[in-house]
Amino acid sequence: MIVAERKTVPELLDIIKTHQKLLVLGCGTCVTVCLAGGEREVSIISSALRMAVKLNKLSVDVEELTIERQCDNVFIEQAAEAIERNDAVLSLGCGAGVQAIAERYPEKPVYPGLNTTFLGILEERGVWTEKCAACGDCVLHNFGGICPVTRCAKHLLNGPCGGSREDRCEVRPDRECAWQLVYRRLKNIGQLDRLKKITPPKNWKTSLDGGYRTIIREDHRI
Amino acid sequence: MIAKPKPFEPRVLAFCCHYCAYASADLMGSMRIQYPPNIRIIRTPCTGRLEVEYYLKALEQGADGVLVAGCMEGGCHFIDGNLFAKRRVNHIRNMLEEIGLEKERLRMVNVSASMARPLADHITDMVETIRQLGPSPIRKNITANQSEIA
Repeated sequence: MIVAERKTVPELLDIIKTHQKLLVLGCGTCVTVCLAGGEREVSIISSALRMAVKLNKLSVDVEELTIERQCDNVFIEQAAEAIERNDAVLSLGCGAGVQAIAERYPEKPVYPGLNTTFLGILEERGVWTEKCAACGDCVLHNFGGICPVTRCAKHLLNGPCGGSREDRCEVRPDRECAWQLVYRRLKNIGQLDRLKKITPPKNWKTSLDGGYRTIIREDHRI
Repeated sequence: MIAKPKPFEPRVLAFCCHYCAYASADLMGSMRIQYPPNIRIIRTPCTGRLEVEYYLKALEQGADGVLVAGCMEGGCHFIDGNLFAKRRVNHIRNMLEEIGLEKERLRMVNVSASMARPLADHITDMVETIRQLGPSPIRKNITANQSEIA
């Protein structure tokens, strides 16, 4: 799931202060699950903004709405009227949601209310951790399901680095060394021989090269 | 003749847990303990039931302060509801500072059902704190008929 966190109230105020009518638009998917941009957070942020607006002697009317998914035109449609009657939109969706709304409404300013942070999981209540860097060329099968691209502080593909102490990471001693986790996991599943293979440099063409990535599925196109 | 402006009387909303603070407030009455009339009590099944929006909405609608009164730590009827409430109150206190409001306008206290006098002291202390802070700057911009807290 996409994990995001709220921008601070002063940051948000600075973003929206020039508008008179603002729609705070939540998203019912990933950011609801990570407690950053769902219906409840829309209510909290709107309340906070209304108070901050009054304290700063500004004049911004704040309307609240949450749709099921901001990155999908079918659902954006449900917010059409609310978007039309407001001067600007503060989207509490992820970066994809913000851009989807902005593309759909070219004349309307659409601002991000969250900092979209990573692809991760809920580790325990209130704790999310990054698990996937969306590099576009998954290597998890080689490393027992532990991603060194994401979880090793140095992104090593042939680790460990030599700086780890016991099972602790050199960069962040409060964390386990990702390569210790890889070793333990491969040992448990009887695949330690995979570590004998030297992994060649990763081809980042699938990740950072040539701008944004697209996937085209001819079998699904109409 | 120009009417003398009324002295500021804080309006403080108190969310009282049914199993402790609300019973304590009842006992406060039975024992004829005096406490400031500035408090408006709302009974809640547990302070852990309180959503953080309630605190923000109360302040947004014009409350000068919000008091959350739950069970003693370790004594929650639902085991740890008051500990959840404590974390949420602290979270919103930080948010109030971001907004530009004094965080002292929101406070959590812990009492048991028999602690009528300490509850009266907590209420008095909260009301005095708010009196020192002055009226909520949010309230200044709310007309009487907009405010839901009379």
